[in-house]
Amino acid sequence: MGKTDATAGKPLLEARDLRVWFPRSRGFLRGQDWIRAVDGISLGVLAGETLAVVGESGCGKTTLGRALSLLQRPTGGSVAFAEADLTRLRGRKLRAARRRLQMIFQDPYASLDPRQRVGAIVGEPLKIAGVDAKARQRRVAELLELVGLGAEMASRLPREFSGGQRQRIGIARALAAEPRLIICDEPLSALDVSIQAQIVNLLLTLQRQLGLTYLFISHDLAVVRQIATRVAVMYLGTLVELAETSALFAAPRHPYSLALLSSAPTLARRGAAADRPILLAGDPPSPVRLPSGCRFHTRCWLRERLGNPEICTTEAPRLVEEGGHRVACHFAAETSRQADSLMGPAPAAAVG
Amino acid sequence: MSALESTPALRPGGAFGAGLTRLLRAARARPTLTLSLLLLLLVVALAVFAPLLPYDAYRQNILHRNEVPSLKHWLGTDELGRDMVARIAVGARVSLIVAITATLIAVAIGVMVGTLSAYIGGVTDGVLMRFVDSMYAFPDTLFAILMAALIKGQLSSHISGFLAPLAEIYKLSGGLLGVLLTLGLTGWLTTSRLVRSQVLSLKNTEYVLACRLAGASDWFIIRTHLLPNVAPVILLSVTFIVPNAILLEAGLSFMGIGVDPPTPSWGTMIASGTQSIQSYPHLLIVPALAIGSTLLALNVIGDALRDLLDPARRRSGRA
Repeated sequence: MGKTDATAGKPLLEARDLRVWFPRSRGFLRGQDWIRAVDGISLGVLAGETLAVVGESGCGKTTLGRALSLLQRPTGGSVAFAEADLTRLRGRKLRAARRRLQMIFQDPYASLDPRQRVGAIVGEPLKIAGVDAKARQRRVAELLELVGLGAEMASRLPREFSGGQRQRIGIARALAAEPRLIICDEPLSALDVSIQAQIVNLLLTLQRQLGLTYLFISHDLAVVRQIATRVAVMYLGTLVELAETSALFAAPRHPYSLALLSSAPTLARRGAAADRPILLAGDPPSPVRLPSGCRFHTRCWLRERLGNPEICTTEAPRLVEEGGHRVACHFAAETSRQADSLMGPAPAAAVG
Repeated sequence: MSALESTPALRPGGAFGAGLTRLLRAARARPTLTLSLLLLLLVVALAVFAPLLPYDAYRQNILHRNEVPSLKHWLGTDELGRDMVARIAVGARVSLIVAITATLIAVAIGVMVGTLSAYIGGVTDGVLMRFVDSMYAFPDTLFAILMAALIKGQLSSHISGFLAPLAEIYKLSGGLLGVLLTLGLTGWLTTSRLVRSQVLSLKNTEYVLACRLAGASDWFIIRTHLLPNVAPVILLSVTFIVPNAILLEAGLSFMGIGVDPPTPSWGTMIASGTQSIQSYPHLLIVPALAIGSTLLALNVIGDALRDLLDPARRRSGRA
């Protein structure tokens, strides 16, 4: 499962069978059960690419990001970053091994300490690394220029800035550690649309200039389509599909991916699909009491179309190679055919 | 510009300065607060300048016993002919020393326990907080009496052995040591809870996560992000502890397990005042008023500070 294409080389960040289960007490002396926020995810992020992780709220995207950076210690599985097995390291060794892995956070208001000046915020990773004050000041000025803020902003406080500017400060702080990989945890969702575009462009420019690798957690499919090399679709703590961006958007193989894509609003959608999005009934099941078999079977439109085959409720599908995609569905081959009859034929050009 | 007007606290100490500035500004609109601040100032001034008063708090004058207030003795004299103003002033000194020291001890322990408990979490948190809970279960006055009696009993009898230096300090402090230890060791409970809840919410903020990713040690995070942001809560807990400490000291001294005579304390003064309540009521009324008004003033100031530090109220007040 955790293998990546031999041609692409070893991934920069690799997770194998990653699990994050949170204990939840059922009440005094009544034992506990587990919230399976991330449940057996294997993926690799290749150097230089942007791997997007998409999925609806509560599917475990953020927890996955925290587990990959070891901010949340995984319950099981392993994370390797730049050849080092992070899950086996602790304390000082762990801190050293993941220095080149940084994060950009969702809420630009909560991600900056309100009591620190911008210079101190951006310079903090440098200070921790033992850079002396003078060099720090120079580097902070460079970093602020790099993210499109003036060096003179260093003496200001976070609250003097707008959301977009704060996000730039957060990016500058991440860059201060000279990262190879940045985990972007929904960095745009708190911003206005016009500001989102600026931040996306900044991220793309930085990637080109500094050779960065991104793991981009998002639920905004339009942005993902624009910046991602590959896309991983998450549902209830597991990966259901992982494919090249163009392949995924053209012809998703998992019924959930298809539903997700068809629900995304776009201005110009090709074909009849625009008129008839596939709507999933109800909320996702609780990550405490997971459905048997395939986790998606309770809401799966494809299963319904196929006359509710038994295997969906008895056996959990594994993530397997299927026409260039990696899909976890017993009937992946049926997805596009059934979708055609449900929503009208897909445009011929899109099938690759 | 409001940004210039209220410079935020950048260091832990800054919170206290900012709190004081805002308090003084708020006092202009509220006469009770102004009055309370003036009263507190008077008590502090009395305590500081006690030695400069015309009469000595310890000099007895058998010819002028139990005098009612007059121009010569503004608050009269006590049963041994000692000037009441001087005794109230020295009493204020005792009260303030006890309050400040006890608060320092209590805050230090409370901040340490609260921060560790929240930051380490897990079993450590469970054990520490259950300990705090069980300490809470004791009525704190009773606990203070128990501790004070124990300390007094142990230290006043031990002359040799490893407790000897402690007993020496105890004697020098005129019985204050017992009161201080008692108050310091029981006063930290509320502080630790307040600090813990604050640290719990702070330790998972995104800026702390970013700091951890940057390779910071736990101590670096506590020093640069947690403690500065906990400062307002610490200030808040000071407003609870100070009046409580003054009240407990007076109570313990009243019962004879606090400050040793002849050192005057408001508590011991009330105790001796009760013996002549029929014939010389001013001997009781004067120290009682001193305690009552000081506590009232501290409570008013504490309330005002709490309002000022409450972010929700502050925002609505400013908009």
